[in-house]
Amino acid sequence: MREGHGLLSIWFFVGLLLFAYGVLILGVSLYDLYVPPAREVVMGELHVGIWWGALLVGLGSLYIHFYHPRRYRS
Amino acid sequence: MRTLGSMFPPVPDRLLALAPVDMAIVALYFAAVIAIGFYLKRYTKTGDDFFLAGREMTAWVAGLSFLAANLGALELMGWAAAAYQYGILATHWYWIGAIPAMLFLGIVMMPFYYISKTHSVPGYLKLRFGEPSRALSAVSFAFMTVLMSGINMYSMALVMKVVLGWDINFSIWVSSLTVALYVGLGGLFSAIFNEVLQFVLIWLGALLIPILGLVETGGWNGMVTRISHNFPGQDYTHLWRTMGSFTDNPMGIHWTGIVLGLGWVISFGYWTTDFLVVQRVLAAKDLRSAKFAPIIGAGFKMMVPLIVILPGLLGLALLPMKLTGEAQAVASGGHSFNEVLPLMLARYCGPGLLGLGITALIAGFMSGMAGNVSAFATVWTYDIYKALFRKNATDAHYVSMGRWCTILGVLVSIATAYLVMQFLSIMDYVQALFSFFVAPLFGTVLLGMLWKRATPKGGFWGLLTGTLSSIGMWAWVKLDPGALHYIALSSNAKDMAENMYRALWSWIVCVTVTVVVSLATTPKPESELNGLVYGCTTVPGDGDLPLIKRPAFWAVVVGVVFFVLNIIFW
Repeated sequence: MREGHGLLSIWFFVGLLLFAYGVLILGVSLYDLYVPPAREVVMGELHVGIWWGALLVGLGSLYIHFYHPRRYRS
Repeated sequence: MRTLGSMFPPVPDRLLALAPVDMAIVALYFAAVIAIGFYLKRYTKTGDDFFLAGREMTAWVAGLSFLAANLGALELMGWAAAAYQYGILATHWYWIGAIPAMLFLGIVMMPFYYISKTHSVPGYLKLRFGEPSRALSAVSFAFMTVLMSGINMYSMALVMKVVLGWDINFSIWVSSLTVALYVGLGGLFSAIFNEVLQFVLIWLGALLIPILGLVETGGWNGMVTRISHNFPGQDYTHLWRTMGSFTDNPMGIHWTGIVLGLGWVISFGYWTTDFLVVQRVLAAKDLRSAKFAPIIGAGFKMMVPLIVILPGLLGLALLPMKLTGEAQAVASGGHSFNEVLPLMLARYCGPGLLGLGITALIAGFMSGMAGNVSAFATVWTYDIYKALFRKNATDAHYVSMGRWCTILGVLVSIATAYLVMQFLSIMDYVQALFSFFVAPLFGTVLLGMLWKRATPKGGFWGLLTGTLSSIGMWAWVKLDPGALHYIALSSNAKDMAENMYRALWSWIVCVTVTVVVSLATTPKPESELNGLVYGCTTVPGDGDLPLIKRPAFWAVVVGVVFFVLNIIFW
């Protein structure tokens, strides 16, 4: 694609959104550890939100790092 | 806790209630897709930029977009529902109903689409068979695309009402205007960018259900044991074993219908000639990327049953209530098959994850709709407006027309959605109408690409008679249900089986008429077929590329995996 013409990579946008989602999900899931939500879910004891949120933060960070505009500007 | 979902009009009953963090996740998604549209507008100046994304997409981006345009929310929820209803048989639509056709597109057909530098599938027909064939396919495609888009829009709004309690008008207008905005601004560029984003979100939002479901059931064997216990005497977990007779499986279909009707005509017709998906591959940056894109799409398509079919099967194993058809669910106050995916989402996903799952559904809907309107804008602008009304305008004029067409396409879709709301039976008619064009078009394009003796008159009359024969068979069964025995080879055939066989017959009619008329008329000179037909075109090879970088090698890999999967789940 046109990274050479200044166009940001789609994967950079993907990284930004995944990172933001990861932060939100991780944050609310950690909060739920101390203040359990009103609606219980099956296998809630696994605290999947924490793991999934962390995964999204990790994936998002990787995409942001590898597709950051400064990497192909330099 | 007060939920933001209650901001919307009063809702007596709904399946899920979103927490503030869920609403924030959904809102962030809308903001992101619109921001991408505004960002890409500055890079969308020429017709090639707007209608073909500058032909600069990598194989991965084109391949994921190719698949995402097909992976609408109704696709996710509808096939999860079908899996609950028919078991693993629904997987046929993802494997034999897609993979061979996608590989064929990449290896055999893509070189001709790409080398001919056409903007669209009707555009290819113009080059190969002349203006009448293009006009016939362009008008039918444009008309049906916006109507189907409206039907999907209404169905999605209905789902959002049932699942989240959102007002139907709210869902229709907010989602469709968002799509109009980002596609109108950035054209196919923006549609493809967002489809890749949507593809990632669909997977990350839906993947938790099969993972947690299999943990809960103790793996595949545990799930099969539970299904056998819940539904004794019924086989929900074998792909081919029950296909020997029309009466042995809940679909009422024989293996010949699946292999010849679905696996050959319908699948090849959709994946190789429906411009909605082919347009994404035409945006690839070079021929090798264009050949690779459908192969990458096929690899991911094989995995989609993991997030669509498996949740349906897990529903059979785990849900405490028995789901029923829509009418029965309304009458009894229970849940319908269509709610299996949201029910499984609610089972495992707490605040945050629920928002991600709902975003996956919305993303699916928007990627499907963006596919429809961007394809409509291209076909209208190049194959109808430019061909029939204004041949010599400036490139900027056509880009402007494309932008207005995008908005017009969305408005017609919205009008269709409201029409369907008033007259529900329209939905059945339009879906049937859409199927009339797919099979004959495949016959015409296939002969056009592979048989240099096919003539312009043969192509046109084959396409026309194939389409008319499909309409005729459909009307015959409507007027005389006893005709089903002749069309679908069995009076027990259900709607899906009838569609398979009708497609097969109409394809045979199209091919037969094309061949007969072609042999009786004068073909084009070979010099005019260069770049359009096998035998008259020099297709660039892969040169000295190592095996691992060749599209054909990966097509074989995907083909072998496809074969092995069918054996495993036989």
